[in-house]
Amino acid sequence: MLVLVVDSSTPAVTAALVEVSADGVALRSHRCTVDARAHGELLAPEVDAVLADAGARPADLTAIVAGLGPGPFTGLRVGLVTAATMGQVLGIPTYGVCSLDGIGHPAAAGEPVLAASDARRREVYWAVYDGAGQRIAGPEVDAPAVAAERARDLAVTVAVGDGAHRYADVLGLPVRAEPRYPDPVALARLAGERIRAGAPGERLTPLYLRRPDAVAATARKPVLP
Amino acid sequence: MADEPLILGIETSCDETGVGIVRGHTLLADALASSVEEHARFGGVVPEVASRAHLEAIVPTMDRALAEAGVTIADIDAIAVTSGPGLAGALLVGVAAAKGYALAAEKPVYGVNHLAAHVAVDTLEHGPLPEPAVALLVSGGHSSLLLVDDLARGVTPLGATIDDAAGEAFDKVARLLGLPFPGGPPIDREARAGDPAAIGFPRGLTAAKDLAAHRYDFSFSGLKTAVARWVEARQRAGEPVPVADVAASFQEAVCDVLTAKALDACRAHGVDTLVIGGGVAANSRLRAMAEQRAEKHGIRVRVPRPRLCTDNGAMVAALGSHLVSSGVAPSRLDLPADSAMPLTVVSVPGEAA
Ligand SMILES: [Zn+2]
Repeated sequence: MLVLVVDSSTPAVTAALVEVSADGVALRSHRCTVDARAHGELLAPEVDAVLADAGARPADLTAIVAGLGPGPFTGLRVGLVTAATMGQVLGIPTYGVCSLDGIGHPAAAGEPVLAASDARRREVYWAVYDGAGQRIAGPEVDAPAVAAERARDLAVTVAVGDGAHRYADVLGLPVRAEPRYPDPVALARLAGERIRAGAPGERLTPLYLRRPDAVAATARKPVLP
Repeated sequence: MADEPLILGIETSCDETGVGIVRGHTLLADALASSVEEHARFGGVVPEVASRAHLEAIVPTMDRALAEAGVTIADIDAIAVTSGPGLAGALLVGVAAAKGYALAAEKPVYGVNHLAAHVAVDTLEHGPLPEPAVALLVSGGHSSLLLVDDLARGVTPLGATIDDAAGEAFDKVARLLGLPFPGGPPIDREARAGDPAAIGFPRGLTAAKDLAAHRYDFSFSGLKTAVARWVEARQRAGEPVPVADVAASFQEAVCDVLTAKALDACRAHGVDTLVIGGGVAANSRLRAMAEQRAEKHGIRVRVPRPRLCTDNGAMVAALGSHLVSSGVAPSRLDLPADSAMPLTVVSVPGEAA
């Protein structure tokens, strides 16, 4: 089963085609460009390229997997709207996976791990995974020091992800080099059961974790002195 | 005619998620979802709230448009989308959606200018636009006068507001008078019972010295402040505010300036067609005054029905249809959302340009 994976929750704009079989998930083609300001320009050509690289057409797709974030909103929505609109046209299911799972799940190797991505405003999006890669806390958005404290309480010994690299001093944990950004094969694996079962697709709702910045209109200031 | 292009248009530049479908100049579907109520308590459109609403609304709105037109996306010849100007995050949802549809259905995509689309929508109501024409586009987000030499390839900006958009002035004055947001419709309603000559509010940029540098520009900030001063003075004196008279006099000042400058532009450029679009074009006084004044100069005023004046997907589809018929090349898949897209760009050029 040919599955398209997209993630735009971090500065890494990712599209991949994977083959999902009873045995597992194999990568067919992959494009990733790190640019925090050009998600809208980059993703569609990447999807086009991964299809071309695999000699496939959109109609060959069985399902679409999308990273739901958390991530900076504007970029995050690009991946989700791309997945949702393509799924609608092709009449195939779309499955959402927490983007941090695409970092923390593959990084867990016997010991608890903190996965973190950059949330801007000096905060990180974070989650903690047990030694088997199961998420046991998060996703949440906090200052790195708060995430570090929660991670210590959960006996975390290592951190991973772009946010962990960025705030390594504050976190005070050794940082694993990879994956730095959500791994599309891991995202597909985490949706594997649903893909194989042909489970009904879900509406892709972003993990925003923050409310929109908006203040209700206040009383008008008089113009007369 | 079956050989006319079947075009889908997507609009998300502000708070309306619009999907329209046209065949040639014939409107087949005009599906709309609005987040206007979510913005009301903020007194204006909140960009992040609008962007979130677009993401939620785009798929169901597309379903409704296709059902209304009785077509499938496979039948579509091309997809047009507003790529600017507008709210950056909101535009991006529409542009990404258009590319998702284009990729999956293997169709070309055209990134188009929102303001040119406001002009093109009139072709759905009144047929092909005589060129050149002058267009007056007035809404909460823009107030512009354009010379439309060739709607497919280029328009010339003549003037624009130097401060508030005309629609913003309606919103602010409505708030001052305790009327709901958006302010256009309630002011229009109140004004019908009022005297437009009751209060002599200022006409911005119409004095001889202003006309030299700003012949086709607008300014509504001074008018808004003048209304606020007038209302406050009344309130401080403990006198009731005559809402209908204030609304009528304010509306008269806005419409007077808009129509005078638009008709001046027509005469100066030897143009006999004036198109009015944008949300403020739904104002009944603006329509009436423009028609009355234009008649004296033998100028024809074209204003689409109110539903087509406000932002919608049909206007984007109408422009897309005109581009396809005119042989303009589609945009590329790396098409950006451009919140400051210049007026001179009607559609984002692709490979062949
Ligand atoms: Zn508009």
